[in-house]
Amino acid sequence: MSDHSAGTPCHCGASGPCQPPRLDLAALRARLASESGPQYWRSLEAAAETPEFQQWLHREYPAGASEWADGPNRREFLKIMAASIGLAGLAACTRQPQEKMLPYVKQPEDLVQGIQMQYATAMTLGGYATGLLVESHEGRPTKIEGNPDHPMSLGAASVFHQASVLELYDPDRTHTVLRAGETSSWEEFLADLVPALHEQIAKGGAGLRLLTENITSPTLLAQIGELLKKFPQAKWHQYEPWGQEAASQDGPGVPHYDFSKAKVIVALDSDFLSTHPASLAYARQFARGRAAGEGMSRLYVAEPTPTITGSMADHRLACGAGDLAQLATWFGFVVDNRERTPRQETAAWVTAVFADLSANKGAGLVLAGEGQPPLVHRIARRINEECGNVGSTVTYHAPTAASPDLSASSLAALADAMHAGQVELLVQIGGNPAYNAPADLDFAGAMGKVKRHIHHGLFYNETAQRCQWHLPLAHYLESWGDALAFDGTPSIIQPLIEPLYEGRTAYQLLDALIFEQTARSAYDIVRRHWEGAQEGMEAEKTWRKMVHNGFAPPAPVPGGDVSTAVNAMGAPVGSGQAAETGEYEIVFKPDPAVWDGRFSNNGWLQELPKPITKLTWDNAALVSPELAHRMGLNNEDVVELTFKGRSVHAPVWIMPGQAENSVTLHLGYGRTAAGRVGNGQGVNAYALRTSDAMGFGSGLQIKKVEGVTWRLAASQDHHTLAGRDVYRAGTLEEYRKDPAFAPDGSKGEDPARDETLYPPDHTYPGYAWGMSIDLNTCIGCNACVVACQSENNIPIVGKGEVINGREMHWIRVDGYFRGDMDNPEMYHQPVPCMHCENAPCEVVCPVAATVHSPEGLNEQVYNRCIGTRYCSNNCPYKVRRFNFFQWPDNTTLTFKMQRNPDVSVRSRGIMEKCTYCVQRINEAKITSQKEDRKVFDGEIKTACQQTCPTEAIVFGDINDPNSRVSRLKKQPRNYGMLAELNTRPRTTYLARVTNPNPEAAS
Amino acid sequence: MAQIFPAGSNAVVRAVIVGGPLALCALVGSLYAIEWSPWATRQYAPISQPVPFSHKHHVGQLGIDCRYCHQGVEKSAYAGIPPTETCMTCHSQLYTDQAMLAPVRQSLAENRPIAWNKVHDLPDFVYFNHSIHVNKGMGCTSCHGRENQMQLVWQDQTLYMSWCLQCHRHPENFIADKSQAVNPQRVAAVDDPAKGATHEERITYARQLVKDYHILSSGVLTDCSTCHR
Repeated sequence: MSDHSAGTPCHCGASGPCQPPRLDLAALRARLASESGPQYWRSLEAAAETPEFQQWLHREYPAGASEWADGPNRREFLKIMAASIGLAGLAACTRQPQEKMLPYVKQPEDLVQGIQMQYATAMTLGGYATGLLVESHEGRPTKIEGNPDHPMSLGAASVFHQASVLELYDPDRTHTVLRAGETSSWEEFLADLVPALHEQIAKGGAGLRLLTENITSPTLLAQIGELLKKFPQAKWHQYEPWGQEAASQDGPGVPHYDFSKAKVIVALDSDFLSTHPASLAYARQFARGRAAGEGMSRLYVAEPTPTITGSMADHRLACGAGDLAQLATWFGFVVDNRERTPRQETAAWVTAVFADLSANKGAGLVLAGEGQPPLVHRIARRINEECGNVGSTVTYHAPTAASPDLSASSLAALADAMHAGQVELLVQIGGNPAYNAPADLDFAGAMGKVKRHIHHGLFYNETAQRCQWHLPLAHYLESWGDALAFDGTPSIIQPLIEPLYEGRTAYQLLDALIFEQTARSAYDIVRRHWEGAQEGMEAEKTWRKMVHNGFAPPAPVPGGDVSTAVNAMGAPVGSGQAAETGEYEIVFKPDPAVWDGRFSNNGWLQELPKPITKLTWDNAALVSPELAHRMGLNNEDVVELTFKGRSVHAPVWIMPGQAENSVTLHLGYGRTAAGRVGNGQGVNAYALRTSDAMGFGSGLQIKKVEGVTWRLAASQDHHTLAGRDVYRAGTLEEYRKDPAFAPDGSKGEDPARDETLYPPDHTYPGYAWGMSIDLNTCIGCNACVVACQSENNIPIVGKGEVINGREMHWIRVDGYFRGDMDNPEMYHQPVPCMHCENAPCEVVCPVAATVHSPEGLNEQVYNRCIGTRYCSNNCPYKVRRFNFFQWPDNTTLTFKMQRNPDVSVRSRGIMEKCTYCVQRINEAKITSQKEDRKVFDGEIKTACQQTCPTEAIVFGDINDPNSRVSRLKKQPRNYGMLAELNTRPRTTYLARVTNPNPEAAS
Repeated sequence: MAQIFPAGSNAVVRAVIVGGPLALCALVGSLYAIEWSPWATRQYAPISQPVPFSHKHHVGQLGIDCRYCHQGVEKSAYAGIPPTETCMTCHSQLYTDQAMLAPVRQSLAENRPIAWNKVHDLPDFVYFNHSIHVNKGMGCTSCHGRENQMQLVWQDQTLYMSWCLQCHRHPENFIADKSQAVNPQRVAAVDDPAKGATHEERITYARQLVKDYHILSSGVLTDCSTCHR
């Protein structure tokens, strides 16, 4: 591992080599415990008020960031400036070239030029489908939203779904068939394949192996069944780096949850709000159950590393992943009324949680995470049965995915066969095992023993580069297909565009394996499968309806309810699973931005500040403050992590709330063949992951690597509000006593409108747009950030520029911690432009580029802006973004295709910010005007609101007293951020209410 | 001591004092004239096209409705340029051997669009919407002029922002009955003798139209984000 600090500019303001400020963790701990310490803090640096943080506080950008640091020297600069001034004068004289207009030859039916269409389709992640609606402009898919009718989307879409449109247009995708890296064609491939298949037919397919990712597609499964019939000796293996297999080993059936009925929820290392295949639906149910007042649910979370689920907890226990099994066993002891004296604080926790569960029989819910071993799942199930939750909040169903075998063991069997030289023809659809297989399998090594390895995928990745054949896969937005959602809903994948390159679908490849030709299109194959028993018109009608809706009415849940009581607890856990004293544990989790690495080449996701850590472009070894203190570690130090004889070097990130002896390393980084965006970012966690430690493992050794640092781009302290009182939270008890606990009247938070130096001359006779953000339901999932980026043509800037504080996101999700740094409470606050009625930005603009609309929008006029940045300087919320460079790529054709044609693509040197999606407002206003009516409440949904899984963001007309947003703003929890400044923000917040158990110590 | 400046210097100084400001005025004036000349605004110059399609013939003489080809004009931001198939609805039967129409036939045969030259080219940061204008009493002629008299189409108006604002500030000066929207002979109500004998009467009629059609206040219509976003 090379020294990553080399070449990265230093911005600490000091001359000479950069010395990152050292955090004195002991002093900080004392400071946080004392009365005078900060109540809410964004980062350890902010809480400790380190010089680096002071700099973020006092300067808009770090020292030097406003200067052109790495360009030519002064002399050259002057030459270029002189030339550009001269040319700028001339440029004004150029006549615009004659533009061409190219209409259709045959215009598609229903298409009206300039009117966007929406089509239903579905995307799979880990095999499970989520229904989506895709916006299409004259045949170009530009934005992805959830399908409101699909039970696993309900109108929401995760960051991965939304960013997949960028993946479609990724110029690094494979364009042609490659034979050992050389350009080839599908015809040549078939010519090579057919003799190999004949060879296999002779031996019944003994040397044929099929390797896929998790598959739920009914058509594909039928095809695989046919293939295995033709080659009875052939074997089918599945591998998914992060899957649900532990849950399905939990006796018969996979648990499905119903959070709408749950009053007490206990999550054991389960990040059900983000990593579960049904998380969008679960998030909606969970949020609805969190309405402040009677019947509000309570969430307990025990987890090794902070997740967004943990951040929503009323009681969170930072607990090693291995210790969780022990914790679960104690639960078992309590359930069985066996007396033990386990570790004090956890024992109290277990007793209190169990008492709460017992008091809410049938309305409790215990769930275990994907990374936990079957034992923990079994215990979760046992508690659910004991508390009468089975059949109410949790039901068990046959697995949706047709898993012939369990992922890791299936891949291990394949690797063994490959090492033994039994595999002659390996057909691999999707996946990247050379990168993400458990390290002990030596999959890459085994690949050398396979005679003919065919890889069918989107990218020429680590695995494809070692294969004889690499076939381009059609992106899901280019292909017909089908898949099941987690709840079994059959979902149709409908293409939005013809394949951009020579991509073909998996259905066509399987057809080639079975019939030795690719005559049928994917449409024919899928359509034929769904025709089933129906014929003629009836079949056509059913099919058309399915395609239009994006899914079929859910079939009876496969296998029905297969609940049977599990009486045996399984063997009680000894100390085997638990970490021994003094030993460290490594925890693997899918990355919240790039998942298992499949999205590594996606710039939107790479630059997305991850929930909780706010890191971009990197993963890091997350360590607890206590461990960092003990080992003298600091942020950006490099450590050598050694696990089962394999080691990697990783940067350190001190994570408040991390379990003391657990080190978390997110999967999906350290790619070498991801593409231009993803290569060389972060650390490869798969290099440490073994098949017996897929979720976590103990026995980790940590050694500090002296004299090396690794610059990390964390946005945590950017746009800081300097510890002002902007986040309000209270307990349910406080809320009951005083529902208006949040607005602070004593600070003059409701000043008269004209108590300002700038007398307001704005009136709002028509509409008055406003937004309400419910902090009580915001789970910090980042879906709004990607939605905004995709809707508003927001560019990415790269790691170096994020370090300079120049990220461009129009909406950011601020993370706050409160209390003790070993297990702080965590809060999320999405911050878009506040659209102030008395806007400080407007009065300082020398060229009137930021102006006030009669509907209360604070507008940015790009053409007038000359880039003084006075407005940003004067903005108390720090929501304005300056284009320092020409970041939007205006040359790559495919990126141009992705842009939303209803929003300007801003060029360099101008200020931009949230517009409340003015293009959507205008569209709705024009539609309503044509129909001679007012805009309906709810007709306009901003991009962030539209995708929010928990409906935390509501937008509308505040002049209409009955609109949803007006009613929310009348709630006693409503408060304005920095309202004491009398900016009169149009975006206001509803304070968070937590529901701690009065019986339990927190 | 000899004079530094010769006697003629006074004349030079006088000429500069008088001539300088005059020259400056002339410069500003000529720049202004250039800015508003058809050369800069691109008005009145017929634009050549791959097929010399005559609006005068199709609209003026044959009386084909604008919307027959520009289908999106009432529904969409774009009026829409007709697909080759629209041309071929008639020209698969009429003038099938005309050399002039060869590019149209070729387009259909090769499935390759005809590359028309754009006549009305707004800057890319302007989001003009046809549908709201024709649905609110503005007509094709308000911006495009008398297409029924144009062989090859030219740009009739400056398309400058100040030109847009004239109407966004005072729609009553340009509005006519909605029914007139696609009439190639349309005249604004304020200029229509049928709407009153005096200017006063006609403008009162026009103001009533603005009210009846619920046209937004000029405050909203002249707001930046109405057209720029």
